Amino acid sequence: MTLATQPREKTAAAAPPAATGRLGRFARWWPMAALAALLAAPYSSLPLPGLLDGPIGSAGNLQLLALCLVFGALATGYDLLLGRTGLLSFGHALYFAAGSYATDVIMIEAGLPFGAAAVLGLLFGVALAAVLGSVSLRVGGIAFSMVTLAFAQAGSILVERDPGGWTGGEEGRAAPADKLPASLVGIGNTVNLYWIALAYLVVTVAVVHWAVRSPTGRVWEGIKENERRVEVLGLRPYGFKLTAFVLAGALAAVGGIVHLLLTGGATPQTTTSDFTLSLLVMVVLGGSGSRWGPLVGGVLYTWADHRLGDLAGSGSVADLPSVLRVPLSQPLFLLGTLFVVVVYVLPGGVVRLPERIGAARRTRTAPTAQGS
Amino acid sequence: MSTVVLLTATGLGLGALYFLVASGLSLIFGLMDVLNFAHGALLSIGAYATWWAASGHLPGAGSGGAGFVWAVAFGTAVGTVAAMVLELALIRPLYERPREQVLATVGVGLAVPALLSAVWGADARTFPGPTALSGTFGLLGARIPVNRLVLIGAALVVLVALRLFLGRTRHGLVVRAGVEDRAMVTALGIDVRRAFTLVFAIGGAAAALGGALGGLYYGSVDPGQGTSLLIFAFVVVVMGGMGSVSGAALAAVGVGLVQQFANYYTASGLGDLAVVVLLAALLLLRPHGATGRLA
Repeated sequence: MTLATQPREKTAAAAPPAATGRLGRFARWWPMAALAALLAAPYSSLPLPGLLDGPIGSAGNLQLLALCLVFGALATGYDLLLGRTGLLSFGHALYFAAGSYATDVIMIEAGLPFGAAAVLGLLFGVALAAVLGSVSLRVGGIAFSMVTLAFAQAGSILVERDPGGWTGGEEGRAAPADKLPASLVGIGNTVNLYWIALAYLVVTVAVVHWAVRSPTGRVWEGIKENERRVEVLGLRPYGFKLTAFVLAGALAAVGGIVHLLLTGGATPQTTTSDFTLSLLVMVVLGGSGSRWGPLVGGVLYTWADHRLGDLAGSGSVADLPSVLRVPLSQPLFLLGTLFVVVVYVLPGGVVRLPERIGAARRTRTAPTAQGS
Repeated sequence: MSTVVLLTATGLGLGALYFLVASGLSLIFGLMDVLNFAHGALLSIGAYATWWAASGHLPGAGSGGAGFVWAVAFGTAVGTVAAMVLELALIRPLYERPREQVLATVGVGLAVPALLSAVWGADARTFPGPTALSGTFGLLGARIPVNRLVLIGAALVVLVALRLFLGRTRHGLVVRAGVEDRAMVTALGIDVRRAFTLVFAIGGAAAALGGALGGLYYGSVDPGQGTSLLIFAFVVVVMGGMGSVSGAALAAVGVGLVQQFANYYTASGLGDLAVVVLLAALLLLRPHGATGRLA
């Protein structure tokens, strides 16, 4: 099938060849360079003052980097719904938490080893996404957002209620160390968790890239632009939307399992609507509907959330007058404000920034080029 | 019997709180198609402003008698101003882009509670109320806290005032017509955007009043209070029908009572669960909302 509107990826990809020479080549190769840097990170003892506390390769920093990667990947998966299909779901946290809690509970209650529990946890997350997605997608627009919000809230209340002592209520539930492989337990093995997080990120980016390029992805693009027109072309949007929903849910469930390993337990914070909202912030901050935007947004958000608090406690900020110091001590305030600013002045997100600067420069040089 | 009376009174008090939040939310969504995620933040602003004034920071305001009334009025005024600033500065430049409007309110909804907890701490603060409102009174053998009555009374006053405003004044007519068909009102040469600011101001005032009186209900204020009420307010808005104030009042009472009774007679937390599942079921059975304005 052909849609009159070209996929947005094409127009974005068309820009680098136009931007000639070194810049264009850099734009094509920087993901590889970034991946190489991430692969080298655990072996590096280079300090990044301001960005990280101490050398990159230390256990604490690897943990933070791994968290950044997990949330970057999670945001990339969430963007399948928001930026690729145009579905504003307020319940994505549910599938992340489902993967995390199901794996944890199966390990503890059924006594299965981690591998089997992870597979079952993933299946549970996929089944939940399929069931709730097939129900939620019967409505569209804001109603869809509200139904997903309601389901996620129900999940959150259930987890807090601690049915049968399975979820541990407000405390969450720690992962059983004896069921996990020995290579994934302990601070000394943080680097292995880092590799898992990196693998999750690579898999997610590859899956999303592949899915968006597939014929189904083209239909998603069409649904996002104009759902009615897709119907007129003789396709039923429902099935395609459900595919996107289940795929995003599956990716989120895997993310939940990685998060379980990384933080050593399932926490009820991951079930709340605030968690979904923070995913939304990540995606929009980075740039919804672009290949690297959600990833950049997720990494940026997670880093800011963990590090800005420490920075605010440091000397340079503590000397500021209280009018500046007090808001700076709250990462969420800064992120919320930054988010509003991005929604306003940078509709494409942070990843569009170089492109926009380039465009602004070109329009400034264009009149002189015409004049000569 | 006394348990039933107490649960009813508490449920009605909670319903009154929901109504104060949901009435504005409903009007805003009905008129502008904006799901205002910052509405909880407006409630928190009202609650904190009242708490700040009642703790003796505002001259003339205090925790008792006329001083407390003045503090509540101050909190409501601050909430109203905050809502108008929100509409003029953030929502208005994003007209015709409803999704960006929702996202902007999400950002504000994140930033404001964070700012409040930065300034006054993340822990709950004790809310100073008049001693006359902290007691209980006897009704059919039950001891009912007086503040429930205050909440119900305030909600009734707001309901009557809103109905009079919408039914008897020219501005109210514009708002009602805008809820029905915004494009038509614009085509008739009426600047409907002024009604937007007005509706935001009304919604902000009601939510801030809810925050001020919610402080009495809960006995404390904390930054996350507004956000946690917001989801139940969404339930009320959807159940009552978008843009309908009377519908919101009925739904608020229903949700408050169901929540209280189910939480008491079944397991704690089950009432909350029942309410959100009810929201999902209602939306799925009537996808276009009770008045056909959703989706």
